[in-house]
Amino acid sequence: MKSKRFWKYFFLVPVIIYVLLLIALPLLYILLISFFKSDYYGGMISTFTIQNYIDVFDQVYISVFLKSFLIAFITTVFCVLISYPFVLAISHKKPRTQKILMTLVMVPFLTNSLIRMYGWLVLLRKSGVINQVLLGVGVIHEPLSLMYNMFGILIGMVYTLLPFMILPLYSSVSTIDPYLLEAANDLGASKIKTFFQIILPQTLPGLFNGSLMVFTPALGYFFIVDILGGGKMMILGNLIKNQFLTARNWPFGAAISIVLVLITSLFILIYRKLGGKMDDLGGA
Amino acid sequence: MKKVLENVYLVLIFIFLFLPIMVLVLFSFNTSSLNIVFEGFTTHWYLDLFQNRTLLEALFNTLLVAGVSTIVSTIIGTISAYGLHKYSFKGKNIVNELLYIPVVIPEIVLGIALLSVYTLLRLELGLFTLILAHICFCIPFVIISVRSVLESIDPHIEEVASDLGASRFQIFAKIIIPMLMPGILSGAQLALTLSLDDVVISYFTAGPGANTLPLQVYSMIKTGITPDVNALITIMLAFVFVILMISTVIQLRRLRKEGAV
Repeated sequence: MKSKRFWKYFFLVPVIIYVLLLIALPLLYILLISFFKSDYYGGMISTFTIQNYIDVFDQVYISVFLKSFLIAFITTVFCVLISYPFVLAISHKKPRTQKILMTLVMVPFLTNSLIRMYGWLVLLRKSGVINQVLLGVGVIHEPLSLMYNMFGILIGMVYTLLPFMILPLYSSVSTIDPYLLEAANDLGASKIKTFFQIILPQTLPGLFNGSLMVFTPALGYFFIVDILGGGKMMILGNLIKNQFLTARNWPFGAAISIVLVLITSLFILIYRKLGGKMDDLGGA
Repeated sequence: MKKVLENVYLVLIFIFLFLPIMVLVLFSFNTSSLNIVFEGFTTHWYLDLFQNRTLLEALFNTLLVAGVSTIVSTIIGTISAYGLHKYSFKGKNIVNELLYIPVVIPEIVLGIALLSVYTLLRLELGLFTLILAHICFCIPFVIISVRSVLESIDPHIEEVASDLGASRFQIFAKIIIPMLMPGILSGAQLALTLSLDDVVISYFTAGPGANTLPLQVYSMIKTGITPDVNALITIMLAFVFVILMISTVIQLRRLRKEGAV
């Protein structure tokens, strides 16, 4: 009996320590300091104030929230529009080819995303490869502004997050019974009708999953905005980063983070209400 | 016609996905030290690289962090997935819910939360805090991956083994782990990928003593990046590409053995 208890501890103690120390403690601590006051020298005064949360609703910060959501939303829409034809085209291939192509989708991931953003910088800047090529061919006579603006940020976001949409969409497309599509075709359904009446409903779980996994990180990827947005633009990620590392107002940075967590939780709640499984989110 | 269009589209998307990497690889062979125009072929940046201690250290740190955090999170994740599957206890639901937090929360929140706690506990930022942070966000992915295989295992197998006199540890080591291998491997691959790709959490938890490749590139972007960095990126890419190809070939072999392909 004693050994039985030992094995129970063996299998459970690590995960309990992990969850308490590396998940619960950090988040509760952030919640706690979001009610503290900054002493303006990088330290914190431990009182109880809701001033930080009132400050979040300042017009300046509200506009950062709105801009972040707009960027994240547009990114998600583009990822959906690009991914659907992509996964459908892949699903028409032989299983072996499908496996190889889906592995290829993962390969860029193995180069760090910041380094790939540097690759885009080399491509997109005024003296960059794309402008050089277009000037050389004679399509344009003056270099285009492809970055340090919204376009650059969106390229970076869509590029970085596209695989997070492709993977769940692909796994839900591959569960569609091919005979169903064949039957629809035989019965004379148009391509558009087949898409909206069969493919879309059957891939909704993948679509929701992908949207969550694209939208949420897009709010925080400050380095994409830093590198391709040129420092003028700011999303929530930059705002939080600045509060922690530059302005050194941790309580305010913590309050913004808590608001962000609450908004994210709302999206997850909706995802679950729609029947989404949490385990699917970790399968990317 | 439809087939052609589909293939053209696939090719275009793959070009999009690989373009920024290919351009960095190309410029690692460029005679000009500016990453602007390709002037001629050279391999001397690869030789320069071996003189550049800062870069070699960044490479070493990157591989160390990815290696250690993958191994540790795979071991803890596998043990935990089995424990959470097999035993029930008070608060199990809460543990299960908390495990999803690193998966769904914006990375920046996890990054600053860990930074704050490190400061609270007076842990000096460095390789240790960085590895701890990577382990933190990798474990749930391993657990989810292993759990999906666990659910398909027949519980009677353990009963039979136990009736035949196998100890709990023997059951776990000799029966469960081999059956879980596909889940463990895909969990480990996921952990490795996530660790190599991470920027945001590393940015807050690394500290000055633990420079990794992405952090090094980030700090160099403002001052200008020399092609020896491109050479380093190319070497790393070749390295992980080979690993991925080996793992894909093994998986394809298995698929063929099972008659699925």
